[in-house]
Amino acid sequence: MSPAIPLPREVASDCAPPARAPILRERGQREVFCGLTGIIWLHRKVQDAFFLVVGSRTCAHLLQSAAGVMVFAEPRFATAIIEERDLAGMADCTAELDRVVDRLLARRPDIKLLFLVGSCPSEVIKLDLSRAAQRLSAKHGASTRVLNYSGSGIETTFTEGEDACLATLVPELAATSPDAAPELLIVGALPDVVEDQFLRLFAQLGIAQVRSFPARRAAAMPPVGPNTRFLLAQPFLGDTARALEDRGAIRLDALFPFGAEGTSNWLHAAAVAFGIDEMHFRSVIAPGRERAKRAIAHARDRLAGKRIFFLPDSQLEVPLARFLAQELGMVPLEVGTPYLHRAHLAQELALLPADTVISEGQDVDRQLDRVRAARPDLTVCGLGLANPLEAEGLTTKWAIELVFSPIHGFDQAGDLADLFARPLRRRDVLRV
Amino acid sequence: MQLTVWTYEGPPHVGAMRIATAMEGVHYVLHAPQGDTYADLLFTMIERRGKRPPVTYTTFQARDLGKDTAALFQTAVRDAVDRFAPQALLVGASCTAELIQDDPAGLASALRLPIPVIALELPSYQRKENWGAAETFYQLVRAMCSGAPAGTVATPPAKAGAQSRDGGNEVLSAPTSTFANGPRPSPGGSRPVRKKANIVGPTALGFRHRDDVVEITRLLETLGIGINVVAPLGATPADLARLPDADFNISLYPEIADTACRWLERTYGQKTVRTVPIGHGATRDFIAEVAALAGVDPAAALDTSRLPWWSRSVDSTYLTGKRVFIFGDATHAVAAARVARDEFGFEVVGLGCYNREFAREIRTAALVYGLEPLITDDYLAVEEAIARLQPELVLGTQMERHIAKRLRIPCAVISAPVHVQDFPARYSPQMGFEGANVLFDTWVHPLVMGLEEHLLTMFRDDFEFSDHAGASHLGHGASPILPREPGEGDREHSANGGGGATAVVSPSASPLHHSAEEAERSPSPADAGEEQEGWSPEAERELLKIPFFVRGKARRNTERYATEHGIAAITLDTLYDAKAHYAR
Repeated sequence: MSPAIPLPREVASDCAPPARAPILRERGQREVFCGLTGIIWLHRKVQDAFFLVVGSRTCAHLLQSAAGVMVFAEPRFATAIIEERDLAGMADCTAELDRVVDRLLARRPDIKLLFLVGSCPSEVIKLDLSRAAQRLSAKHGASTRVLNYSGSGIETTFTEGEDACLATLVPELAATSPDAAPELLIVGALPDVVEDQFLRLFAQLGIAQVRSFPARRAAAMPPVGPNTRFLLAQPFLGDTARALEDRGAIRLDALFPFGAEGTSNWLHAAAVAFGIDEMHFRSVIAPGRERAKRAIAHARDRLAGKRIFFLPDSQLEVPLARFLAQELGMVPLEVGTPYLHRAHLAQELALLPADTVISEGQDVDRQLDRVRAARPDLTVCGLGLANPLEAEGLTTKWAIELVFSPIHGFDQAGDLADLFARPLRRRDVLRV
Repeated sequence: MQLTVWTYEGPPHVGAMRIATAMEGVHYVLHAPQGDTYADLLFTMIERRGKRPPVTYTTFQARDLGKDTAALFQTAVRDAVDRFAPQALLVGASCTAELIQDDPAGLASALRLPIPVIALELPSYQRKENWGAAETFYQLVRAMCSGAPAGTVATPPAKAGAQSRDGGNEVLSAPTSTFANGPRPSPGGSRPVRKKANIVGPTALGFRHRDDVVEITRLLETLGIGINVVAPLGATPADLARLPDADFNISLYPEIADTACRWLERTYGQKTVRTVPIGHGATRDFIAEVAALAGVDPAAALDTSRLPWWSRSVDSTYLTGKRVFIFGDATHAVAAARVARDEFGFEVVGLGCYNREFAREIRTAALVYGLEPLITDDYLAVEEAIARLQPELVLGTQMERHIAKRLRIPCAVISAPVHVQDFPARYSPQMGFEGANVLFDTWVHPLVMGLEEHLLTMFRDDFEFSDHAGASHLGHGASPILPREPGEGDREHSANGGGGATAVVSPSASPLHHSAEEAERSPSPADAGEEQEGWSPEAERELLKIPFFVRGKARRNTERYATEHGIAAITLDTLYDAKAHYAR
């Protein structure tokens, strides 16, 4: 166990950011999911929420393809499919939506929070779902709150659906009392096991009041106010952060909690903000940090020096590339992201090798040309591209798993490293 | 608006993708918002293809709306033609692009491309996947057979004038077909002219299409009939232009092939074989039909499957009269019903399909079995029907597999939509004689498992018949047939397949739809108006001693008997009276 834990403050302040090539911005065909996909994990997090997509058969088909077998476990999401007669006139559409919601709530009285989720078709025909949400809230308000956000492909990419959902919740949060002690808010839906680990660590650090956003139940959503300090657990929460800041909350800048270093830095940002003693901080995080380093050690042997290429998917690409480069010795060739929030990712970007290409947006055919030219050891991409690239002899890691699996924090660092090591190990063991 | 959790079919542009992906040398430019590329993974994951589907999406975003989506579309078309150099191009709009009303046909036409361009009009808010596939294939066949010159855009017949029959034939270099006169006596009395057939209908993402084509090709070769073109699976646009060279067409999957076959019939006088060769008897009928059209002796191909003997062997006696519920696409459902009754000795108690376009076929078949057909795309209605009928076997799609698991009824899959395990590595056709062998094994397997499970449970728990012991093949959870405690709300539905990051259970979610229990308790039409007092504890206990896979039938029969005889409280005697009454 090393006695001194290097703390990221030094990295952030003392080192000048490495000279970096300008960000490559591309426009063309994008091989990405739309924001509706966020429903798949959001509905599991908020246990009394229901997500009603107002869209087309395509939207329903997408959800069913993305949810896989989950569709059969009585999921708390559905699609109100717009039909020809709905397109005929707007008034009819309003009545139809009310009818569908009435029927849904009558059958599911346990639902406390209903999200009307906008889609491309509903946005294009300018169906006013926010008005509908207000109207339905007035009608069902006693038992169910009705909100709306857009998960459409024209506005949101994959994880941005969570951002849109949380951002619409922020104005609904109660206000903290102005003279209350500072509270810490963890922002972003995390698997319950990870959330519990973080809550335990913050308790050990001695931060009295820590809450998660979103909470597991609609009635337990945290209050927010000028005494709120928040840590983003996910890099795709730009609008949510802005909405929280609009209510006076203050964002704590940090790396994202991936790997030993990312998690240490993230926890440290809170420790500093809450005036936790440095020695106490080090002693609290030391066991977890050491476990994380031990857990990723064997993957490091396999991954060090390997070249990795990220295609854009979830906005997790930059922090994950940082983790793989900094802690596992991988060489990121290109890190593609659907959207780059420079402020939230400033520390992450500073830690990436200077010659790593950062690309924002996508022209998938051109990007695949670059993948083929570079022939990376590992390509992180969506399921539409993974098997075709494997068939070309390129080893891939499908990206969606990174959103669905517990990967944050010290005790998931080994699992996270193994997600990248496993495809390479498999490539080596197969004799067919 | 229609409240939907599950859909049997995707939108029509997914049908068009199934055609484009099945073929070689075709590219499809789809005007669609960012996100619609999700459909690619149906082909790369479920069907496990090693190539990206030949589809370019314009993936427009909000900032593009109202200014340059049309330009975006044209750029995408130009880039796709340059990069992929297809022989023919499909262009069309997905549901959202249909609303913004760019005109793919006009925009593509303005580009004066060096290849034929087929513009698709697929009404997303009215039609679905199978229709989209049939329409796309028809438009492609029509355009290629009419010798669509490069640079022109073929549009649907509503806009363009109907192609004249002769006009269509002129562009062909092939001889006119002569099937109508039967086998043509060849000059000098030497070998007769070998007749040629097209195999029409197999696509990408088709349930067992890959192996069905192999099986049918083998059958035709045995008969000495040549294969002219197999389409769309594996065909190029140039191959489609050769379709009229054949003597006749085999419509293997009417959902996809019928529109094109009818046009070929009208335009070139080609006859169509419409018997779908699923099952032993249907395969023999198919051979007879094909042999008659080709003027060959069917005897050579009347090889037999093992199904007849397997079905006659004494081990199969217990299959007699098993009550089976059948649901799927109309073609597979109708074929399965015939096999179930005539070749397995089952009783068909329910028959239905989700594709309304083929409702007539299902109605005709349902008459044969004296049934009211179930034509719906709402899986809740299907679940209700299954819970009400309490069949002993369900034959359906992956959705019926899950419904059956929930109701603890054995099940086999006979139709799309299916999941990844039904695109198997091994050879497993549904059609032809080997297909009949596959059907026998596939359908009997879950039943044998049911019997095996019963015996294992019986010996393990020594007459206790504990229903809380997990059922390994048929899912977990309390049997819906059992009476439930009022407070016993949380029943876990274990997701099938276990692994995978997305497999979860939501233990606290209460059902959106009628649960089996509600269906069980709600009066069936026969009971309407009749007050059902219910079961005495003693009779209830006795019911639990009956193996779970026939318990539902026993409960249903007893209740019907009680109703018919005006018995309010069901006692032990009622149970056994009913048993005697319905004894077969």
